[in-house]
Amino acid sequence: MIPEIGQFSLILAFCFALIQGIFPLVGVWKGQYNLANTVVPAARAQFIFIIIAFLCLDYSFYVNDFSVLYVASNSNSQLPVMYRLAALWGGHEGSMLLWVTILSVWTMAVTMFVKNLPESFRIRLIAVMGLISIGFLAFILFTSNPFERLIPAAMDGRDLNPLLQDPGMVFHPPVLYMGYVGFSVAFAFAIAALMDGRLDITWARWTRPWTTVAWVFLTLGIAFGSKWAYYELGWGGWWFWDAVENASFMPWLVGTALIHSLAVTEKRDAFKVWTVLLSICAFSLSLLGTFLVRSGVLTSVHAFATDPSRGLFILLFLVVVIGGALLLFALRAPNVGLGERFGVVSRESLLLANNVVLAAAAGAVMLGTLYPLLMDALGAGKISVGPPYFDAVFVAIMVPGIFLLGLGPLAKWKKASLPDIGVRIRVAAIVSLLSAVLIPFIMGKITAMVAMGVFMGIWVISTTWVLLLNRIKTRGLAASHILGTLKAIPLAFYGMLVAHLGVGVFILGVTLVKGYETEQDLRMELHDTATIQNLVFRFDGATEIAGPNYISSQGTVVVLQNGKEITTLKPEKRYYPVQGSVMTEADIKPGVIRDLYVSLGEQLENGAWSVRIYIKPFVQWIWAGCILMAIGGVLALSDRRYRIGNKKVLAETEDLQRVVA
Amino acid sequence: MKARHKRLAIIAAGLALIIVATILVTNAFRSNLVFFFSPTQVANGEAPKSGNFRIGGLVEQGSLKRLPDGLRVQFKVTDTAKSMLVEYKGILPDLFKEGKGVVAEGAFNQEGLFVATQVLAKHDENYMPPEAAEALAKAQANKTGTLSMENSK
Repeated sequence: MIPEIGQFSLILAFCFALIQGIFPLVGVWKGQYNLANTVVPAARAQFIFIIIAFLCLDYSFYVNDFSVLYVASNSNSQLPVMYRLAALWGGHEGSMLLWVTILSVWTMAVTMFVKNLPESFRIRLIAVMGLISIGFLAFILFTSNPFERLIPAAMDGRDLNPLLQDPGMVFHPPVLYMGYVGFSVAFAFAIAALMDGRLDITWARWTRPWTTVAWVFLTLGIAFGSKWAYYELGWGGWWFWDAVENASFMPWLVGTALIHSLAVTEKRDAFKVWTVLLSICAFSLSLLGTFLVRSGVLTSVHAFATDPSRGLFILLFLVVVIGGALLLFALRAPNVGLGERFGVVSRESLLLANNVVLAAAAGAVMLGTLYPLLMDALGAGKISVGPPYFDAVFVAIMVPGIFLLGLGPLAKWKKASLPDIGVRIRVAAIVSLLSAVLIPFIMGKITAMVAMGVFMGIWVISTTWVLLLNRIKTRGLAASHILGTLKAIPLAFYGMLVAHLGVGVFILGVTLVKGYETEQDLRMELHDTATIQNLVFRFDGATEIAGPNYISSQGTVVVLQNGKEITTLKPEKRYYPVQGSVMTEADIKPGVIRDLYVSLGEQLENGAWSVRIYIKPFVQWIWAGCILMAIGGVLALSDRRYRIGNKKVLAETEDLQRVVA
Repeated sequence: MKARHKRLAIIAAGLALIIVATILVTNAFRSNLVFFFSPTQVANGEAPKSGNFRIGGLVEQGSLKRLPDGLRVQFKVTDTAKSMLVEYKGILPDLFKEGKGVVAEGAFNQEGLFVATQVLAKHDENYMPPEAAEALAKAQANKTGTLSMENSK
């Protein structure tokens, strides 16, 4: 009964999506506002029915209803409750339901918080989100119904892929999807603005916070995924340039360009056409990501479906959405105008360079990701593009971008002078150069790559610091008023500082772990020891233990430093009988300076095991950097001028900007 | 220098940068393409003698051997028509099993032995790497092709 209610709700939601997507657009066009005003009630009704459908499916997982095909294929009665609930997005159909659920959450938020916009614009905005929803609901109902019954019901389920049985599974997909789908709001803003012919500062100001929220979620989602791969796959990697990772990384790069270009549009009324194009691209890449990951084009842990009709549907959908959006763009963009002019050396031009770099990086990643698929589709043979390509090209493209990151915020809007910037960055440049030599020296090995990476990381951090000092100085207050000065600086500025600091921390983490990690495969008998750097690893054998739905061989590795035990690691080799699969569960002792990482290979003769030991210096900095970037985004969002209903503040900032300009 | 000249110079420098970047990207791209060959193609000498490539197929039943040092393993990869020996040092992935699909990336060493630097056996028990599946299908098609030719003789 419950699954049928879910199914029925989904059909109702589809009907409401049709109303939400089509009627209002016609209404605004014909000037019939009683028709157009159906948009908000339709969006809210859709939201309610999608939530009901979502809850029905999750309830079926909760009660182990194996008469539902999707539940039977992705869950098992032995599975712990937390994973049963998360198993909803463990397969193709449920992931799509999650996608559309999150889309309706975003739509609901838009109906609640977007109030002061001109009516035609607001209606079109919500209607465009309805159109996207129509596409996805149709996809679910016609090709991937999660409520399909299995008759007769299975005795027990096929279980969730053991790789997915991890707390990461509970957070990573929803957070990542919040980011992916969140770009639909920026997309809808852009499309509605093109339809409405209203691309101005107000538009940018309204789009900006939504884009930043989506970007924060996407940043966190990718970081979660990377961290999860690091400890769950068991082989110490944190980024593989896997097509699925790239699929989430491309929208991130373009989204990052977008939040910077929106800043220019809001402050200076420039880059308007470019900003609109980026909004369209960011969401298109999110859709492409969904297509790549879910259509079965890619085969990896993420790709569940290998059903050509689904692939065709998404491909068609992609063509309609992206093609339609670009067509509208081509028709309307020439009327937008270029906006304010700016000098060759100015914050605008530096931000433009940042955008070019980020777009180029996204393009290079796209080439490496899609080329093999294209060749395969054309029957030109199976090819793969190795990670060295991505490493080399990505670093080469980003280096100038990171260098400019240090200069950009120091330059003035409209027209800046190079000598002036030069004076300001003197100290930062010296500090960075010194660290580029000193840090590798302390770590014990100097290579060009590490020196460059350290330079870049410290460059970003030190210029960010200079920026803060400058800001305090221009306020011209005495040291005794420092707290007051710090309080007077807007949160958005702190947001930028923290996010940029995050970039620096991230670069340092990547550089140091790439430069100084060690990896050893060893055959270890009982009480064998291995010495790596100044640490001694002692293998104390393996014992069998039983988990809720698996059996595990748990090894014990004691780590000693100067003869003293510092930690004991317990890596496992788990066997999941339902799917007959084996899983390596590494054990990690994380630290600020380094992670100790041990995983268990295979059992060899007479009690010996093959053991892999990694020492990963500064690897946690990678995720710390991402979290700082996300915090930066949240700080920017908390800025006074975004507080809802605070019209006075809005007016004040407008006055202020007029004065500054 | 007038402002106009300055702007021209900057645009020219930007273009030069883009050209250099494009050349670098395409170079890096070309040198990092890894091609795939089936054991039959390798036996026919189609695979490169030096440099990395990928092979794929099934791990032949009973072919997995551990060398005396305990860490190096050797196994045969077959597409049912031809098989080839692969050596790998390190820990095999969890789903590596005799009779199951596998893809390995590596190169020939001086003795002409294929040494894998990476062994991929994907995440699902019943999953077959697409390259491996295709290699098998091709070998199968060739076989039935020869069979039918024999029959027609």
